[in-house]
This record gives sequence, structure tokens and C-alpha cells, in this order.
Amino acid sequence: MRGGGLWQLGQSITRRLAQADKKAVARRCFASEAELKKTVLYDFHIANGGKMVPFAGWSMPIQYKDSIMDSTVNCRENGSLFDVSHMCGLSLKGKDCIPFLEKLVIADVAGLAPGTGTLTVFTNEKGGAIDDSVITKVKDNHIYLVVNAGCRDKDLAHIEEHMKAYKSKGGDVSWHIHDERSLLALQGPLAAPVLQHLTKEDLSKLFFGEFQILDINGATCFLTRTGYTGEDGFEISVPSENAVDLAKAILEKSEGKVRLTGLGARDSLRLEAGLCLYGNDMEQHVTPVEAGLTWAIGKRRRAEGGFLGAEVILKQLEEGPSVRRVGFFSSGPPARSHSEIQDDKGNNIGEITSGGFSPCLKKNIGMGYVKSGSHKAGTKVKILIRGKPYDGVVTKMPFVPTKYYKPS
Amino acid sequence: MASRLWASRAASYLRLSVFHRGFSSVVKDLKYADSHEWVKIDGNSAIVGITDHAQDHLGDVVYVELPEAGAAVNQGSGFGAVESVKATSDINSPVSGKVVEVNEELNSSPGLVNASPYENGWIIKVEMSDTGELNSLMDSEQYTKFCEEEDAKH
Repeated sequence: MRGGGLWQLGQSITRRLAQADKKAVARRCFASEAELKKTVLYDFHIANGGKMVPFAGWSMPIQYKDSIMDSTVNCRENGSLFDVSHMCGLSLKGKDCIPFLEKLVIADVAGLAPGTGTLTVFTNEKGGAIDDSVITKVKDNHIYLVVNAGCRDKDLAHIEEHMKAYKSKGGDVSWHIHDERSLLALQGPLAAPVLQHLTKEDLSKLFFGEFQILDINGATCFLTRTGYTGEDGFEISVPSENAVDLAKAILEKSEGKVRLTGLGARDSLRLEAGLCLYGNDMEQHVTPVEAGLTWAIGKRRRAEGGFLGAEVILKQLEEGPSVRRVGFFSSGPPARSHSEIQDDKGNNIGEITSGGFSPCLKKNIGMGYVKSGSHKAGTKVKILIRGKPYDGVVTKMPFVPTKYYKPS
Repeated sequence: MASRLWASRAASYLRLSVFHRGFSSVVKDLKYADSHEWVKIDGNSAIVGITDHAQDHLGDVVYVELPEAGAAVNQGSGFGAVESVKATSDINSPVSGKVVEVNEELNSSPGLVNASPYENGWIIKVEMSDTGELNSLMDSEQYTKFCEEEDAKH
């Protein structure tokens, strides 16, 4: 999730330009520098040495003064602060907002306790993923969700279309797009102790996946205990006029240990945590079952269906998908997206969708799709890089153990 | 390294320019290709590596794909690749000839390319077939200017 194609960004500076991913590059090229949107933290990024790159129509920091390697490691040892204001926060309101949303996503939204959330997938009629999103049931008539920057336009169009139809049949649902807010992600072992300095609420009572509206550093924030790194941490939706102050306060309270971290390290962190990047590891034609997100399909939803593409997805649940997302360790150069995966006899069995060198494990990790049967941990594969086969082995994800804050 | 990497519009995506370290260093007696490799000449023999500017843009190098000794290389054509945490990039040969030695150290310590791009991070040694090709390469002054201009574009 959290897509828009950081990976394409990485890929676009590769030599593969000529052959591999013309489409991705063209997609990245649509906006000239002047047309790029800036978050309210733009000047703050520049002042802190942020190296800005175009990302999903926004000018975003790919890294600051630290290398991507150091930044990644620091997040797991201390903490990271990311500006993720390019992502789109959205509230659905009205007494029917839950049954409405359940038509579009695989989650058991009705079954969520108020103030809790989950990762979910917006599906299309074929059961493919339109986007992934973290949704929160604030209360029975209010859902808060965050969708990927790169999917914003198509997601909003999709939701709007279905919302119109739903309302015309008398459904009570409306939306508010939180363009008045900015989004900061605070991740790592120091996230909670640092944030605790800035709020009176007891954060030890807010567990992974939980949500609260509260005062942080003098501003009313939406706080979700979630993230995209595998670490404990928060995503903080803050009124845009308070965002820079909050960012400064967080860095100050951490005494420099929490560092501003860019999209480069963010991509390494999420890959180490085995999390999907929409646009790479999940696309329109990939179902949640294939993507290994079966756990996100609520029990009730499996029984009842009632979401777009449910027939396809429920059938896959019964029969098993023909391809599955798996993780790999590999030797040689790091596998990159589009690298071919072969079995030990040289038959094509799939393709890498994300890969790189793990700054924390100091070895190559990757994820991709293989035919069912070749998906079991320990299966030996060959990964083709620049025409040469290198040894790989199917590996359980996450690669780096996650440290979500859960009740003990 | 692939000129495409730096010269193309793609380079503007990762404008990891000389933000925080001022201009990268160059070495006076070396020759430079516009794809950011250097070559050190000794008679018919040429040692090839990537420049400080190139390693700085790439970031932490995690893997260097080396050719076999004995392989033929051609001026301007790729003979290997450098992988950093995020990016893959070709290494082009600034000269034509035959690879007589490769820096095996890089197999276990690819970071030498970052730490010592002009010395311990050398990549291959080539027996040149046409020393006339050297005329098409830049000297250190020209290369410094070339890097400045390229960075200014981004």
C-alpha cells in the first residue's frame, strides 16, 4: 500500500529505462516540476536537507542527509518521522456509511468496534484490487480512511460513483475529503514515548489498529496506531496549519533520535515488513487472496459476500488461487521488480514485484508472485537478473519481525 | 555508468545532486566518460572505476556485477552493473579491449566503491585495443564542468 510507485522511481533511474518499464516512466513524467503539489511541510523538508522528487504528482523527499541505509536502520533502532500528507484522508459519514462501504471493501466494517480499524482492499467487479487502505470505524456513522496518493483520483471517482447510486436509492452517506489536514507518520520504538510528551491522553491504552481523536501539541488530531514500517507507531492527521509545529515538536522531544525519513527508507522498511506497495505488489488484476490478504476478508464477508468481485474471491477461497504472493531471499544482485522467477528446472513460475537490499538484514529480499505449488517456504527458485539465474528461496514474511503494540 | 542514468530525464527524478557535500572530488590525471566512469592509463593498460560523483548519486553500493577476466569490452558499452539500496545502474567501459583483471575485493566489499572510488574501489583492468579512443574522453577539468552543468539541470 501507500503507493504511487516509489519503486518505479527507483526503477526509473535504472538502466532498464530503455527496455523495461516505459509505461511506468511515462506515468511518472506526466507532471512537470511546476505542476507538482507541495505539502505544507515542503519548506521544512528543504530546510532539513530533503532531496525532493516527483511522486504521484507531489514533490516529496526521497531522503534527507542520511543515506537510505542509515535512515532505515535508525527507524528500527530509534524512530522515523515521515511526511505522508500526499496520501488522501477521507471521512464517510451518515447512518448508512458502513453498509455503503461494505459494498466496496472486503473488511467486516460492521464488526469493527468503534475506534478500531484494519487494513482493507477496495475491489473491482473482477475481484482485483483498486487500492488498499487503512479504514477506521470512528463510530457507527463515521468511517475514517486513508488511500494512496497515486490512487486518489480513481479511488474518489469509484467511491463517488457508487455513493451517488447508493444515495439515489435513499442511502444516507456523504463524504468529506480531509484536504485541510496533513498526515505525519511517526514510527519506531521511540514513537510512543516521544508522542506521549505531546499529549495528555494515555497512549499505552491505544493499541495497534486503534484510533482516537485527541489533542496533540495543542491541535485536534486523528491518531491511528498503525504504520507502514512493521514498527510500533502512529499516523497523525493534523490540521495543516499545525503540521510544521508538530513535526518540529516531535523531533525536538526525541532529542534528535527520531529523524526525518524519506520515501526511500520508507520503501525499504515496508519491504522488510512484507507489506505491499500498491502499483507494484498489488494491482487491478490481483485479488486479495492472491496477494496474501485473505486474513483481511472478514468471516462474515466470506459467508455473505456482498462486495464487488465477491464471486471471484469466494471461489478462490474455496479452490485456492493459481498464483500467490511470497517473499524471497536471494543471492547475487538484489532482485528488482519484473525479474523472472524460475523453478529449479528453468520453467517460468512467476515474477518479482518488489525487491532490494535489506538495510537491516544486510541481504537481498524481495517479493513476487509464483504459481501455487511453488509458494511454500523453503522452495528453491532461480531469479533471473540481467539474463543470469541466481539462487533464491521462498521465505516467510515479514522478513524483519513486526513490533506492533498489542495487548499482552 | 550508464549515461542514460544521469543524462536522461530520469536522472531528474533522483536529483541526488551535490546538496550536502559540495562538489564531488575528481582526480587530475584520470580521464572521464560522460557516463561517469574514470580510467587511469598506464601504457596499454587501463584501470576503470566509477567517479566520486557517481557513487555519491547512487548511495550505498550493495553489489557490483563484475565481468570475467578475458571478456571483451567496447567503448561506451556496458560490462557490469552497480546496485545500490534502491537503484541498478550499468557500468560502461570508457575504452575498448580485453579485461585482464577484475577487482575481486568488490565481491565481499562492494562498499569500497563508495569509500574509495578512485583507489580501492576500482572495478576492472583493461588491455586497450585502441588508445586513440582516449581522445574522446574528458580530462578532470572538463569532467568537473560537465558534472556541474548536469547537476544544474536538475
